[in-house]
Amino acid sequence: MKWDKRLVTITSGLAGGLALAATPAWAGLGELNLPYGVTSIAHMNYDLNMLVLWITIFIGIIVFGAMGYSIYHHRKSQGAVAAQFHHNTTIEVVWTVIPLLILVGMAIAATRGLVLMYDTDNAEMDIKVTGYQWQWRYDYLGEGVSFYSKLDEQSNQARQLGSPLRPERVEHYLRNVDKPLVVPINTKIRFLITAEDVIHGWWVPEFGWKMDAIPGYVNRAWTKIEQPGVYRGQCAELCGRDHGFMPIVVIAKTPEEYKKWLAEQKERQSASEGAEQASAERSPAVDAAQTQS
Amino acid sequence: MSAVDHAEAHHHDGPEPGLLRWVFTTNHKDIGTLYLLFSLLMFFVGGVMALIIRAELFQPGMQLVDPYFFNEMTTLHALVMIFGAIMPGFVGLANWQVPMMLGAPDMALPRLNNWSFWLLPFAFTLLLSTMFMPGGGPAGGWTMYPPLMLETGQAFPFVIFAVHIMGMSSILGAINIIATIFNMRAPGMTLMMMPLFIWTWLITAFLLIAAMPVLAGAVTMLLTDQYFGTHFFNAAGGGDPVMYQHIFWFFGHPEVYIMILPAFGIVSQIIPTFARKPLFGYASMVYATASIAFLSFIVWAHHMFTVGMPLAGELFFMYATMLIAVPTGVKVFNWVATMWQGAMTFETPMLFALAFVVLFSIGGFSGLMLAIASVDFQYQDGYFVVAHFHYVLVTGAAFAIIAAAYYWLPKWTGNMYDEQLGKLHFWTSVVSVNILYFPQHFVGLAGMPRRIPDYAVQFTEWNMVSTVGAFLFGFSQLIFVWLVIKAIRGGVKAEGRSWEGAHGMEWELPSPAPYHSFQTPPDISKIVARGDLHS
Repeated sequence: MKWDKRLVTITSGLAGGLALAATPAWAGLGELNLPYGVTSIAHMNYDLNMLVLWITIFIGIIVFGAMGYSIYHHRKSQGAVAAQFHHNTTIEVVWTVIPLLILVGMAIAATRGLVLMYDTDNAEMDIKVTGYQWQWRYDYLGEGVSFYSKLDEQSNQARQLGSPLRPERVEHYLRNVDKPLVVPINTKIRFLITAEDVIHGWWVPEFGWKMDAIPGYVNRAWTKIEQPGVYRGQCAELCGRDHGFMPIVVIAKTPEEYKKWLAEQKERQSASEGAEQASAERSPAVDAAQTQS
Repeated sequence: MSAVDHAEAHHHDGPEPGLLRWVFTTNHKDIGTLYLLFSLLMFFVGGVMALIIRAELFQPGMQLVDPYFFNEMTTLHALVMIFGAIMPGFVGLANWQVPMMLGAPDMALPRLNNWSFWLLPFAFTLLLSTMFMPGGGPAGGWTMYPPLMLETGQAFPFVIFAVHIMGMSSILGAINIIATIFNMRAPGMTLMMMPLFIWTWLITAFLLIAAMPVLAGAVTMLLTDQYFGTHFFNAAGGGDPVMYQHIFWFFGHPEVYIMILPAFGIVSQIIPTFARKPLFGYASMVYATASIAFLSFIVWAHHMFTVGMPLAGELFFMYATMLIAVPTGVKVFNWVATMWQGAMTFETPMLFALAFVVLFSIGGFSGLMLAIASVDFQYQDGYFVVAHFHYVLVTGAAFAIIAAAYYWLPKWTGNMYDEQLGKLHFWTSVVSVNILYFPQHFVGLAGMPRRIPDYAVQFTEWNMVSTVGAFLFGFSQLIFVWLVIKAIRGGVKAEGRSWEGAHGMEWELPSPAPYHSFQTPPDISKIVARGDLHS
């Protein structure tokens, strides 16, 4: 990569950035919190997040408030004379026990949450997710449908160093794939998550969890999506050069539409398998032809 | 013969002339200075790496670097900042202050002290040289998780060796500090009379001795996996990649407290000085530090909530982690109670100490959120985590080191630093550091993973804000360098007791402190009677 070329990209990028700053949109500024999500786990984690956040804000107001009061009123420049007390057993016991009680309350809520997440029994279908450098493979267990899913071509072009295609012009830049995972709503789906090469992490924030994909391990997680839609995420665990470029797209359909989609996939897959078989049968002849020449 | 003896005796009163002084020195102050300057240098090396990261993340798309180089930067930034900036910073402070605060002439093991410092430049030359090796430097994150770490090119064994040397240096430094604290206290000084900085460092030194060999073991197992045909972490060979994470974090979590306990000590020295009031709850501070140190060994798997642990494991590590909030809370309450009804003034060390209390607490709050294991399935590996640990490490550990430098600079140099410049440094730092890290909470919650060189466009605005903050923060630190140079060169002469409300044995010495601190032990009973030591 030549530096002058790079410099042009930088300056044009900066100009683009400034232009972006000038537009009143600033839509990203509203992205402040966990999504409420589309599963019971996501809702629960959102609520837990808010609960603990408010507790910490409450504690923060008390502690920083006392500190601010002291900083304002107990200044030497205001003529304050230092008291010389240096301990008080009662208050020390109080501020040990009260936080402990608050923690017990939070622990009870959090334990309920974990128990819910770990309940992967009675799933209505299983999808095996396998992480590769740098794409995902999805196997619909028992259905004979499986495929790879990787970064879409447009994002891939735009993400190259010094690419003339600007990310703002790509729809769902870095959050789009060539072949999304399709699942039914209102169905308890168990994900069996593993990896072939290094550790990856399968994360769709709207589902409320991520799970590490580890070679030699099959981790379990589940979801039951409440509404149809397109849900996007990406690899969460550093997995090498293109870690930032292995998105996840899940399309949730009604069970009927999903069944239709699955049937199409089965047909297409068996057709392509037939073609593969045909090519496999042909190949010895090709090899023979090559050895002859 | 006697003339030679005399010359030699004279010779030992002060530093040797010339550059070799710094190579052969066994003096705690010289070595302390070396550590601190090394720490400052690494702070800027690691800082430049951080600015490369933030520049690339200014907007979506790749503008500056290759993704692999980006990963090298995140990996080396962490290693340099943790092992090169924060840890040597604290060891440098310990070298300067431990003998002075104990009433001792020097550290207990001066030659070992020299070696433990001089290992570091070699370790970091080795580490940084890996960037120029075929295949590039390490890019698997500072946690070096296999199997990814095993994909490193020729740099791999050099990184491992560099980590070994850093670990050796830390262990030797820790042994020296323990030996000094147990053997060199002024006659009559009991453990419960020691200043909090000494207490926290004593406990930290034990953590170092317990934790660093574990790291050495973990990386050695990586080395044998790569070159000697073992399969510790190779699932295909019957090994277990998750076992590495358990071993690593058994080191890694105590390491977190290695980087924060001495900071607690520093803040516990500074706040009483500028509040002109004794530290509230001295004994509970000591016990809280000890309980945090104990708990730090049984919470490691909270870094691994999403690896697929059994439910019982998740619950154990969640409860143990939440428990740490109790002694940490006690500390914060004690600091606020120390300020309460004091007579406060706000010189630069105090400003940094107050910012520490507030901003470290914010890091503690996000830590409590992260402890909730079920929600951690959302937070894990996202920018929320990045925001959390930078609040505790930058506005926590680094701010404490800076506060300590301001606090003891008059003692070290004999000159008061430029207060106006100090305040300028404080205000630019404290504003920019929040512009830098606070928005990272938002993008993290909204779904931006950490360690990615490029991101989806909805994260653009907050990343821009963060990058602007990063450059402001980085350049603000140059004010500090200028201020230190100015203070070394001259300024208003500092008194022995440089701060009106300062108590402790280091303030019994003139400023600058003599080369061999206390050549005759101080009379503890007099110092205690004056209220200059806890009793």
